[in-house]
This record gives sequence, C-alpha cells and structure tokens, in this order.
Amino acid sequence: MRGFTREFVLLGLVIAVFVISGLYSPAFFSLASVDTVWTDSAVLIALALTMMPIIMARGIDLSVAANMALTGMLVSLIGQANLNLPVPLLLLCGACIGGLLGLVNSALITGLELPPIVATLGTMSVFRGLIYVVSGGQWVSANEMPPALTAFPELRTLGLTSLEWLSILLIALAVLWHNSRRGREVRAYGGNPTAALYVGIPMRRLNVLLYSASGVVAGLCGVLWVSRYGIASTEVALGYELQVVAACVIGGVSIAGGIGSVFGTVLGSLFLITIYNALPIIIGQLLPSVQNATLWQNAIVGAAILIAAVVNQGAHTKGKHILRVIPRDEASRAKH
Amino acid sequence: MQSTKRPLLEPRAPFQWRTVLLRWEWILVALLAITMFTNGQLSKYFWDWYNLGDSTQNFSEKGIMALGMALLILCREIDLSVAAIIALCSLCMGYAAQSGANALTLLLVGLGVGAVCGAVNALLVIRLRVPSIVATIGTMSLFRGIAQGALGDQALTTYPKDFAVFGQGYAGFVPLEFIFFCALTVIVGVFLHRTRIGRQLYALGNNPEAASFSGVPVQRYRTGLFVFMGVMAGFAAVCLTSRIGSTRPNIAQGWELDVITMVVLGGIGIAGGTGSIFGVFLAVLTLGMIIFGMALLNIPGIVASVIIGSLLIVTIALPRILARVTGQAKARG
Repeated sequence: MRGFTREFVLLGLVIAVFVISGLYSPAFFSLASVDTVWTDSAVLIALALTMMPIIMARGIDLSVAANMALTGMLVSLIGQANLNLPVPLLLLCGACIGGLLGLVNSALITGLELPPIVATLGTMSVFRGLIYVVSGGQWVSANEMPPALTAFPELRTLGLTSLEWLSILLIALAVLWHNSRRGREVRAYGGNPTAALYVGIPMRRLNVLLYSASGVVAGLCGVLWVSRYGIASTEVALGYELQVVAACVIGGVSIAGGIGSVFGTVLGSLFLITIYNALPIIIGQLLPSVQNATLWQNAIVGAAILIAAVVNQGAHTKGKHILRVIPRDEASRAKH
Repeated sequence: MQSTKRPLLEPRAPFQWRTVLLRWEWILVALLAITMFTNGQLSKYFWDWYNLGDSTQNFSEKGIMALGMALLILCREIDLSVAAIIALCSLCMGYAAQSGANALTLLLVGLGVGAVCGAVNALLVIRLRVPSIVATIGTMSLFRGIAQGALGDQALTTYPKDFAVFGQGYAGFVPLEFIFFCALTVIVGVFLHRTRIGRQLYALGNNPEAASFSGVPVQRYRTGLFVFMGVMAGFAAVCLTSRIGSTRPNIAQGWELDVITMVVLGGIGIAGGTGSIFGVFLAVLTLGMIIFGMALLNIPGIVASVIIGSLLIVTIALPRILARVTGQAKARG
C-alpha cells in the first residue's frame, strides 16, 4: 500500500486545487469545467504516458514536440491539398509520419547506440527545421484545413470529445503495457540495466518499440493539436517536450529509471494542467493587486515542478524496483 | 634501497601518431576549415574582416555559457535553465538601470543574480538530491516565468550609454564580446587542463564514487560548478542585454539547447569525464560560422537548425561507426 501514498497525495492536491478554484469562481465547479480540463490535458496525458516507459528505461525523447509540429504541418498540408480526405485517413497519415520520425530516433539510439538525450536533441532541431522546409515558411490556418478535421478534436462521440477518447485509449493501453511481460521487462531494465541484460531482456528491440510508439502518439497528437488550435506553423508546441517530462516527474516517474506508474503519470499531467488553468484564478482573487495573473503561469508551474520533484525525492520508493541495485550497506549486511 | 613499496603504475603510453591524429579536436579543425572554405566559395562577402568580426557576436554569448556547461556535463550534471537565467539577470539589470545604476553596478547585478540562480540550482541538486535535469527544467520554467510575470508584454529599454561597451564595444574590428569569450576560454581551459582541481573534475566525471573515496570534495565541486554556470549565464546576460539594449521576457529563448549542442559537438561526453575545452571552443566557432554562412546566403535560421541537428548526430555517430568498422577489421585480421 505504501507505494500508493504519493499518488493519493497528488490526487488530493488536484482535487484541492479544483475545489479551491471552484470556491473562488463557481464556474470552475461544474461538469463542463471538468470536461474542459480533461480535453485540455488529453494531449499531455497521451504524450506523458508514452514518455513514461522511455524514462523508466533510462532514456528520454526530447523530439516529441518537434515531431508533433512537423507531423501536424505535413498532415495539414495534405489536408489543404485534398480538402475531401476523410478524417480517419488524415489521422492514419499522422500516425504513420510520426511513427517514421520515431523510427529515426529508434535507429539512432539502438542502431548507432547514441545516448538518447543527444540523439533526440539532434532530431528535435532537424524536425523543427524541416517544418520550415516543407512549408516554405507559410502557415496553414484553420480555414485552409478540411472542415471535418478542424471539428474533429472536440467532436463528441457518446458524449465525450475525441481528445477525451484518445486519453482513455492511451490510459487503457498504458495499463495493459505496464502489466504485460514486456512492460515489466522495461521496468526491470531501468532498475538495473546490467542485471537485466544477464536475465536476457531484449532491450534493443524494446527500445525500437518504445521510441516508435512515442513517435506514433506524437504524430497523432500533432494532428489533433494543429486542428484544434487551427494553426500549423513552425512554432507549434515549442518547448512542450519539457512539460511532458515534467508531467512524468511530478507523477513520480524516476528519471534514474525503473520507477513509475500509469496512475501517477495521469495525475501528474492533470496536476500540471489544473495548476496552469486554476492558479491564476485563485491568485487573481486573493491578490487583486496582481494584474494579469495569467502572466505568472510559467513561474507557478516551475515552482510546482520543483516542489513535486523535491517531495518525490523524499518519497519512499524502495519496494517499486523489480531488479534493484542493492545499496552497499545492505549488501554487506546480507553477506554476514 | 627500497624502504616503501611504490604502487605499480602503467608506463606512459608510447607516442603514436595515430592517437594524436585521431583526436576529436582534429575532426573539429577539419570541420571548421571545410566550413570556412565552403562559405568563402558560396559568398563573396564572407572573407570580409569586418563582417567576420561582427559575426562573432552571434555566438560569443552562447560560447561563454558553453564553457560553464562543458564543466557541468563533464561532471555528469546538466543545466537546462541557463537561458532562463539570462532572462532573469536581464530583468534585474533592467530594473537596476531604471533606478539609475551605472554600468559597473549593472555588471555586478548581472553576475550576482546569475550566481544566486546557480546557487538555487545547486541547492536543489546537491542538498535536496533532485536529478539535475529535473531540477533545472523546473527552475527554467520558474526563472523565465518570473521574467514573464514581471514584464508581461513590456520591455525595459533604458540603459546608460556607457553600458553599451560590453556588447557593442570593439577593439579594431573585433567585438569585445569575442575577446571576452576567448579570454574566458583560456582561463577555463588552463583551469581544467593544468590545475589539480581540473584534474579532480575529470576524476569526478569518470567515477564520482571513486573520486569521493580518494578525497575529492565531490559535493563542493558540484555546487561550485552550478554557481559558476550561473555566473557565466549572468555574464552572457550582461553582454546580450548590452548588445541589443533591451530586455524582453523572451530574451534568449531556447538557447539552452544550442549551448548543449555546442558542448556535445565539442566532444564533451554526455556520460562524463571526457573532452576538452579547446574542443568546445572549436565547436562554438564551427557552429557560429555555419550559421553566419547560411545567413549570408539568406537561409533562415530555422533551416540552419536542420544542418546543426544533423551535424550533431553525425559527428557523435561517426566515431562509433568508425570504431565498429575498425573493430570488425581487427576481429577479421
């Protein structure tokens, strides 16, 4: 049970922020606002859930935001040229393009054995630059995209928006993955890479899978992002990769590998989005002298990340590793 | 007469041309030469000394930060908040200038705020044991957020006239910024490669635990490096603010990744303990010249990032491919 404590603290925090903002502005206290926060955080949840196993395997993918922007641009260019293409086909395009870009990362990391942070830093620049190359520096705006596409992200099926369905789908997949044999192998590798190799965990193959999956999800999210905000440009989701990492870390994923949970990561994403949306309201109410409280969003988010990281560091995480590196004193005690 | 047993030491490896010629720095020298030559061929405006002199301004500030970042990465740490530190330093200098501070005070404000920011990072990483990549993502958002919150869509543009010397001063056709960068390179280079502490930093980067057991004050050095990084970012903020003469919340946005690219391209291994300052210096020059050359050809900066990203990947991948090829050759022979 001990392992769950932090997640429940985080859940309590998310609810507390929600309730407090509800007290200050009753509009926040409605089902509609839950709906909005959920829709807003769907992309972050999806990306954080694919980043989670990567970080747990001691890697990182810094190219997700650039991948989103490039895929979003390519798909909106396709859509601009063929206004009658059905939305599922465009989404499929997005997933394929994103997957290919992810495969580039996989090849660099497993084929050439580059450190993930270097490889994805490089591809991040390349993807960003390619947006300008493919678009010639032009923007694609909402009225140039297929109308069905721009309507899609907030299109309601069975009462839920497409973005909400996306997050449900990814949460389901992540839960399945996390409890599958391969998911546990990734966790074990993150806990103790050397032991994992001796046990026979095929990490190279798993890495190909992880980074390609990250690409596919980033591609899909890119299409949804571009169509939702109605603009495809070089600036789309600039710097978003760090928010994704932050969501994971707040949710308790250890950057040192081996530790993390789906529940925590989802809560981390929700926490980030709620803080981002709600705290300016609270501050604006508490301190009327502060003008434009929304300007302080980044500072607040930064402080929240730091507090969460410090709390996580102190949290008891011992029982969560599958293959654990035994600390020196414990090892010597075991010997005697 | 042998009273004490001396530990066995491997004799110094015999001199081999191979090891000298295969040094990373030579690859960078070649890359720089190719870049200069190609630029000269592609644009007739490239070999203009005044042009070249001015072009150094675009990378000197990043280069100054790359020196601090090189030491951090050498010791297995990283600082993603450097560009945000610039924003915060620039903000404080802007307010100080508004209340009538002179150029020297502004310099001290910049360096001081940088040092404080570095100390905050050090506190998080060393005292509170947050991994540096996480801690500095947080402070990046925090520092930049403070600048955004304080400024909104405003800009601070009142700076005293003599403050312009840092970013706009020249010695002949060479901007002072470039001279600062070169001087700091020499200082940091001598410190890292010729002093005891520098040697200990390599030990710390190679194996922190062993270094700690052999008496290297690991935590104190780490703290020092974060503060030093902050001071370097503060100095870069002084130069940049002085050069463009204004403070906006988005000043130096995204520079952290440029700086890391310079360091990694310069041959500082991301796993710690390898690389040299001279390599970083060459990488800064090479990247600067590539961007300048492309600017002369009217290629927008964002397209240049394709080249820079590929360059980063290729230069890091190349030695590994070569090693694999030669390793296979050996196995066959």
